[in-house]
Amino acid sequence: MTETYFTKEHEWVKIKDGVASVGISEHAAHELGDITFVELPQVGKTVKQFDVLAGIESVKAASDIYAPLSGKVTKVNEALNDTPEIVNEAAEEAGWIAWLEPSDLSEVKNLMSKAEYDEFLKGL
Amino acid sequence: MEALKSTPLLARHQQMKALLAPFGGWNMPIQYEGIIAEHRWCREKASLFDICHMGEFLFRGDIAASGMEDVFTFSVASIPVGRSRYGFLLNEEGGIIDDLIVFRLAEDETMIVVNAATIDNDFSVIRSRLKPDTRFSNISADTGKLDIQGPLSREVLVDAFGPEIDRIPYFKFVRMNILGVEAIVSRTGYTGELGYEIFLPAGKVAELWDLLLADQRVKAAGLGARDVLRLEVGYSLYGSDIDEGTTPLEAGLGAFVNFDKEFTGKGALLEQQRAGVKRVKAAFRVASRRSPRHHYEICFEGEAVGSVTSGVFSPMLGCGVGLGYVRPEAAAIGAPLTIRHDSVSMEATVVELPFFRGGSLRS
Repeated sequence: MTETYFTKEHEWVKIKDGVASVGISEHAAHELGDITFVELPQVGKTVKQFDVLAGIESVKAASDIYAPLSGKVTKVNEALNDTPEIVNEAAEEAGWIAWLEPSDLSEVKNLMSKAEYDEFLKGL
Repeated sequence: MEALKSTPLLARHQQMKALLAPFGGWNMPIQYEGIIAEHRWCREKASLFDICHMGEFLFRGDIAASGMEDVFTFSVASIPVGRSRYGFLLNEEGGIIDDLIVFRLAEDETMIVVNAATIDNDFSVIRSRLKPDTRFSNISADTGKLDIQGPLSREVLVDAFGPEIDRIPYFKFVRMNILGVEAIVSRTGYTGELGYEIFLPAGKVAELWDLLLADQRVKAAGLGARDVLRLEVGYSLYGSDIDEGTTPLEAGLGAFVNFDKEFTGKGALLEQQRAGVKRVKAAFRVASRRSPRHHYEICFEGEAVGSVTSGVFSPMLGCGVGLGYVRPEAAAIGAPLTIRHDSVSMEATVVELPFFRGGSLRS
């Protein structure tokens, strides 16, 4: 069973079998517009919840991507090096950024469910 | 703050779900389907841009007797009727008040096309430099402007308005009847592609927009794509790359300054030429897909030497490109630069302009 959570900075995290995949929401990808570059984190890097995890650039803007959970980066989406536009096409699927090995799953209490995130977007 | 102005096409942009944003005091379409898709369409087909925000002035009279000949960095009197010329309006210090194009409509008539944000100031500066009895008017509100740019733009216009279009060389224009009104069709643009700028009464703009967009070869493009297109060919954007604090010599645009005639700012430019420029515009190519952005710091040999004035990811080159002002030694072709901002750092190399050379501009 996969649990999906969102942050106020528009990252998503899907937790399945102890692995957390991370990306940016479809809303964020749409707001950024054409994505031209993704700065992937180093595999092995450890981050705290809400630390900068990666960077993303579009024609319009450059932004940081924050870690939804504390943990260690175990894998990155290398396809984004040459085809970052995958994030525009499928932000919450093929456009994932990195996998984390979460160090404290109780941190999900600081995140929003899909329903809560949708409600949060309405208030923006 | 003054309310945003809008062009006669605002309702159409809204209907097309364009992303609108303020530009030079105007509420303008930044993108329709997406900046990169619109950029590609312009490089491959033909794109239509709403450029009604730009300003137009009309001058009638004797060019020499009115003082018009000394207003700009180039000679107006020597522009043949039917041709246009690009150059600058300078302040006494040689700073660029605006970059503009003068169209020689007749022996005693010229149209001056200026940037949107600078319309009012340009008008009062030019007015103050002309003899008081000169007929000089701001026709911006009554004049619409649509740009059609891209390799297919000529065939689109020939099909719509006849073979006369086919005979317009670069930086020439024709006055012709379009949709029952007199229009100016000029072979100029801001994209590096074959293209035309069409001036016609503001009340006819929507009709022309609809007519041209009905052609399957034509799609609307916003100011976002226009910015990528112009930067790929190294054109300066007024307010970013050039302004009152920069001179044409610093900007590498001395080719548009004629020192054989008088003009305001000439003394300052001659002095700058004699003493040597202290900073100069550099064009650089980034080693990755990262985009340099306005105000990012430029470093050379470990030292901050200037800042970025324009930067973008170039879809044609597949890397970031940018412009910025640096010490002359850091602007030498091949000079290695580092572009920095917060935690972002990118390696870049100074290159010759244009970044992108494959455009259909002169085809």
